[in-house]
Amino acid sequence: MMKTKKIKKTLPPHPMEALLRSERLPHMWCPGCGIGTVFSSVIAAVQKSGYDPDRTAVVSGIGCTARMAGYIRLDSFHTTHGRAIPFATGLKLARPDTKVLVISGDGDLLAIGGNHFIHAARRNIDITVICVNNLNYGMTGGQLAPSTPYGAKTTTSVMGCPEDPFNFCFLASACGAVYVARWTALHTRRITNSITEAMQKRGFTFVEILTPCPTSFGRRNKIGTALETLKFYHERSVIRNDIDPKDALVDFGGNIVVGRFVNTERPTFMDNYQSMCKNQIGEWPDFKGADVPEIKTTR
Amino acid sequence: MNGDHACCEGALAAGCRFFAGYPITPATEIVERMSRRLPEIGGIYIQMEDELASMAAILGASWGGVKAMTGTSGPGFSLMMENIGLGICTETPCVVCNVQRAGPSTGLPTLVGQGDMMQARWGSHGHYEVIALSPSSPQEMFDFTIRAFNLSEKYRIPVIIMADEVVGHITERVVIPPEEKIEIVNRRKPRVSPGEYLPYHPDPDWVAPMANCGDGYKIHITGLTHDERGYPGMDEKTQAQMVNRLIQKIVSNRGDIIRTENTYLEDAEIVVVAYGISARSARQAVRDARAGGIRAGLIKLETVWPFPEELIRDVATRVRALIMPEINAGQMVLELQRCAGGACPVHLVSNFGGSIIHPAVILDAIKSFAKEKKGRIKP
Amino acid sequence: MRYWRKPLDLANMKSSKGSVIIIEDRCKGCGFCIEYCPRDVLAMSSAFNAKGYHTPSIIDESKCVNCHFCEALCPEFAIFSVGSDETT
Repeated sequence: MMKTKKIKKTLPPHPMEALLRSERLPHMWCPGCGIGTVFSSVIAAVQKSGYDPDRTAVVSGIGCTARMAGYIRLDSFHTTHGRAIPFATGLKLARPDTKVLVISGDGDLLAIGGNHFIHAARRNIDITVICVNNLNYGMTGGQLAPSTPYGAKTTTSVMGCPEDPFNFCFLASACGAVYVARWTALHTRRITNSITEAMQKRGFTFVEILTPCPTSFGRRNKIGTALETLKFYHERSVIRNDIDPKDALVDFGGNIVVGRFVNTERPTFMDNYQSMCKNQIGEWPDFKGADVPEIKTTR
Repeated sequence: MNGDHACCEGALAAGCRFFAGYPITPATEIVERMSRRLPEIGGIYIQMEDELASMAAILGASWGGVKAMTGTSGPGFSLMMENIGLGICTETPCVVCNVQRAGPSTGLPTLVGQGDMMQARWGSHGHYEVIALSPSSPQEMFDFTIRAFNLSEKYRIPVIIMADEVVGHITERVVIPPEEKIEIVNRRKPRVSPGEYLPYHPDPDWVAPMANCGDGYKIHITGLTHDERGYPGMDEKTQAQMVNRLIQKIVSNRGDIIRTENTYLEDAEIVVVAYGISARSARQAVRDARAGGIRAGLIKLETVWPFPEELIRDVATRVRALIMPEINAGQMVLELQRCAGGACPVHLVSNFGGSIIHPAVILDAIKSFAKEKKGRIKP
Repeated sequence: MRYWRKPLDLANMKSSKGSVIIIEDRCKGCGFCIEYCPRDVLAMSSAFNAKGYHTPSIIDESKCVNCHFCEALCPEFAIFSVGSDETT
């Protein structure tokens, strides 16, 4: 148990202790890094969703966000750069009763992993992808990424980024994701609710979360501390649920549109595979899908 | 059936129920047959968007507790390298079949080559050991695929089947034994409770029991250098421990892993060492040499990696020459030279790819060494 | 609190009460909890923890309503609130 310096009596453990590998804390993220906050929201979502922790797995790639796999007390897989989604595809198809979360960064999922992202969304593989977007490649020191805003300074664009970024939510929706949402690190409870909703849905679900990166992106673009970035999110984010993701723009000169943009239904890869095979073969071996538990009404 | 189909059937007989692949000549037949056969027996076939995804998907499926396989050729094999490294580092059982074609690069997609042999050993970055098998016929494709799965489960390592285009495409009789006669090995399960389990604490044979995802052990698996708990350890000591275990796991068990088929070795003066389709040519050449009175012998490599060092070291001291036919400009012959250690001359019979080596060419090489004066030839 | 009009049952309204627990050695001094506590229970202390970061200190625990927002925001799992009747 943790003891503070002030109070000598035994304190209750942190409410999330059961899902943390606390022997590895403090974690490696920088002071003020939004990933820690997102991690907290993710754990709250896993607790809230009601899934059995033995039937929940986390797959990540490489990068700062991907280190989350090492700190969460679930079956977790820290794989190669960009290949978290196909790994998760194999894992999910082998264990259809397990809820698979892919938690990784914007570069890992949508640059090197872009091809896998679009195909998994197209196939509607039943995984929940959580993309933590810090606008650069943080782990390697702050290089430009497909999320870097036009004109932003990074170590590989010292004169300003010459490329336009993706609108990740638009991309996910266009590829066929059945649930698409974007929040910022400040929207902790909304992140938790979105991830819980996404986990409850069958199919490829996507949640993008903008976070401060004070050490790399924030410093080079003179944004100030992480706290200042949160205040910026507070002022500039507007919630627009159910709009067309095409219009859900992240404009650092104007508004950051957040919200849940897409929430539809579509048969998953396994649904389609089963029905195709049934046409040919008739008898399909008993296939167990994931049981969706009721949401626990804890805080 | 043809070699590719035999490979598929061998996999299914061994218990493979997941295949993620991508079409590539000459391995496409494996992929196609898998897509047809797996649904019939309750397995899943998924055609991934590329070979990198295929390799990642079979690793994921393996961690989900299902025996998984993929099949490819040279260009796809190169793409899979990073994730083969991940499989080796995380000690994930799975099978990769490389039906080699002539390279480099796109090369000759429809013609035979054996130029990926060193790549199978060293293709991924970092230092590690692999297991690679080399079938020479559709029957061996069937048998060796079963063995590949068994070895991968026993030693927790991706096993590579180094076939080639000819072995993959020739159609020959394959005898499929009844189910009860096929030996199947499954991964060792943990014998302790989740609280005490260490994912990478090896048993005395260097292999750690493997808990799958969903077994309740809450494992953490990473490609970073890790300690016995599976947690990343960014220091030299952890690196030494981990890499040593990966190497020892194969090296110290090589007696069980290495297999060769030796013919006429007892009194052979000139020994041909061959693998894959070249071993078929070699066998014919050795028979012809014997028929012509030359004391030739054959070592057919069933396991190409680890290389049968001790056998070669021993044989090299007793023969006049070692001859290796291969369809590349000299890859496994380098291992042969290393192991012979100068005890006898080592001769390469090769072409650059595109056709098999004719037995007559190997026979000529055998004859040229036989013509030398009796006694030991200076290398 | 300011109201448009006084609720009729104002006398009966009770807000929850909580207390804050800080795991000082985990804190990295980011300041999120201090800024976003809706009741201004926390302030940056001048003391250092073992790693040299300034941790939050509780300036008026009686104001804490156990909203758990500090707990939700903290990137380090270094602070959480518990209901008053739960502390030992």
